[in-house]
Amino acid sequence: MKIHEYQAKQILATYGVPVPAGEAVFTAADAKAVAERLGGGTVVVKAQIHAGGRGKGGGVKLAANPADAGTLANQIHGMTLITHQTGPEGRKVSRLLIEQGVPIARELYLGIVIDRAAARPVIMASQDGGMEIEAVAEKTPERIHKESVDPATGLIPFQARKLAFALGLEGDQVGKFGKMLASLYAAFVGTDASLLEINPLIVTKTGDLLALDAKMTFDDSAIGRHPELKGLRDLEEEDPLEIEASKFSLNYIRLEGTIGCMVNGAGLAMATMDIIKLAGGEPANFLDVGGGANKEQIRNAFKILMSDKNVRAVLINIFGGILRCDILAQGVVDAVQELGVGVPIVIRMEGTNVEEGKRILRESGLNFTTANSMGEAALKVVELAR
Amino acid sequence: MAILLDKSTRLLVQGLTGKEGTFHAKQAADYGTIVVGGVTPGKGGTTHEGWPIFNTVADAVKATGANTSVIFVPAAFAADAVMEAGDAELRLVVCITEGIPTLDMMRAFTHMKSKPTRVIGPNCPGVISPGKAKAGIIPGHICREGRVGIVSKSGTLTYEAIHQLSLLGMGQSSCIGIGGDPLIGTSFVDVLKLFQDDPETDAVVMIGEIGGTAEEDAAQFIEKSFKKPVVGFIAGQTAPPGRRMGHAGAIIAGGKGTAAEKMAALSAAGVKVVKSPADIGTAVKSLL
Repeated sequence: MKIHEYQAKQILATYGVPVPAGEAVFTAADAKAVAERLGGGTVVVKAQIHAGGRGKGGGVKLAANPADAGTLANQIHGMTLITHQTGPEGRKVSRLLIEQGVPIARELYLGIVIDRAAARPVIMASQDGGMEIEAVAEKTPERIHKESVDPATGLIPFQARKLAFALGLEGDQVGKFGKMLASLYAAFVGTDASLLEINPLIVTKTGDLLALDAKMTFDDSAIGRHPELKGLRDLEEEDPLEIEASKFSLNYIRLEGTIGCMVNGAGLAMATMDIIKLAGGEPANFLDVGGGANKEQIRNAFKILMSDKNVRAVLINIFGGILRCDILAQGVVDAVQELGVGVPIVIRMEGTNVEEGKRILRESGLNFTTANSMGEAALKVVELAR
Repeated sequence: MAILLDKSTRLLVQGLTGKEGTFHAKQAADYGTIVVGGVTPGKGGTTHEGWPIFNTVADAVKATGANTSVIFVPAAFAADAVMEAGDAELRLVVCITEGIPTLDMMRAFTHMKSKPTRVIGPNCPGVISPGKAKAGIIPGHICREGRVGIVSKSGTLTYEAIHQLSLLGMGQSSCIGIGGDPLIGTSFVDVLKLFQDDPETDAVVMIGEIGGTAEEDAAQFIEKSFKKPVVGFIAGQTAPPGRRMGHAGAIIAGGKGTAAEKMAALSAAGVKVVKSPADIGTAVKSLL
């Protein structure tokens, strides 16, 4: 689960991470008052969307005074912000963070992620703050310093010192960095984060350290034990069909194409998208109905697929291991009759009770196209979607 | 002898009294696996479907000589179950459970470093050695005894590969689902090493997917040391970046972990990489 910058900063502040003073607003009209509360001086107006590159896209502006802040908030609130991460359609800005301006001496980078191969958290730090860390890793990997944390001991102070010196910090900044990193690590572990990124982490002109930006992503498998995080989900950032699908515990991701897919298992679902593309079509979605899908689940899945108006044909690809093909076939027949599905449907199923499943489809009187292999199914559905 | 499972396997089911546990314990027993009992804390001393139930893995090992376990306990308790199996020094633990918090598994794997136990999974379909035994949920009836090994991050895509091989008359030596989570106990390289030394395996099908670098690591190992022919497929060639494709580990992050990178690495290592998942079987046939 992704959250906004202002939400991440609120969480980090509770762990003792220094962040600039600021407040989130949901309407442009509130921006001026917040700027006044922050002392009436320079503030930054920052668009809050779940995508990076906001500054370049025109979503982050400096305001010299509260009146300016109001004007800029009016410009940014409601705009469609297009960045390299939003795709060409962009995102509508409906929340702003109004934050006190801070004189910056240095911009650093700090990130914590899970190193999959080592099964440990790894802390990455670089003097090249404010840039995309992927670009730094590509061009100048030697400028990224890493410390791998043993989950048994947690972060050890010497590791923080090593990074502090590598970042060129000096004097009491080293101690401040150690304290800040300990807080960041505690926040990472304490919230079951999968990513925590401070870019930039700044040294102010007065020598203080601050998290000027903050990005946190949480492990979806752990959200259940964090009631404090559940309310942070912003449904406006998600596709309405994906929200609907998540209510039925369906693994659905909407794509741009015209061929709806219904598959059991994530790997087979990805492979089905791939084979559609190879056959010259474009998948409209990723949809994994799961290993134990029942009639109800199949009906729900059809509802989601049919709500996507781009879908011109549907491919159902099921390998019945635990899921029996006859149950699936009956579920499909019922759903199609009940929902009045109007687009062509190609069904490829294999596995347990496949003959019985095929009989149910044949005798339903409905016009299904069947296929005996994935390859054949892909060719047929691409043809029908033309 | 097969890799991981053989006739000496004595299988314990952690979570046997649950619906999934019961169903798959029966399936495993029907397949000829020696299932010795189950563990459900609080139900020790009872029996379930004829199997003795124990409160702890240690009790079960003492009473039954169990040496392998398969885990069907809910996600919130599964990491604990893995560590308990490690503590009882089982030789193999197969964790089927999906949706275990990553940090739980991170701590579990840290604990398991000092144990002799191999972990398969989590979030995997488990292991089957056709004609011999199975620990997990791979349906036995689609398999045939034979000499092709399969290692895969995916469940149903593994079934697909098994099916294609069986249709073409090629049976399987062992099929290992290593799991689709970001942190897993046994990697592609680990399984390839086992297949390398397995006299019953002539060729290997390796099914990867987007996310992480396990496929690239495997490519490196294959190029340097693996002597048997390998057919590879990578799922997610059309997956959008930044989205988690069903499996917790299947995500292209920061432009890394794409199918294209993995396919290129495997091809360069001499693996016969198929673009279409429908071509796995015929590709193996062409190599044997």
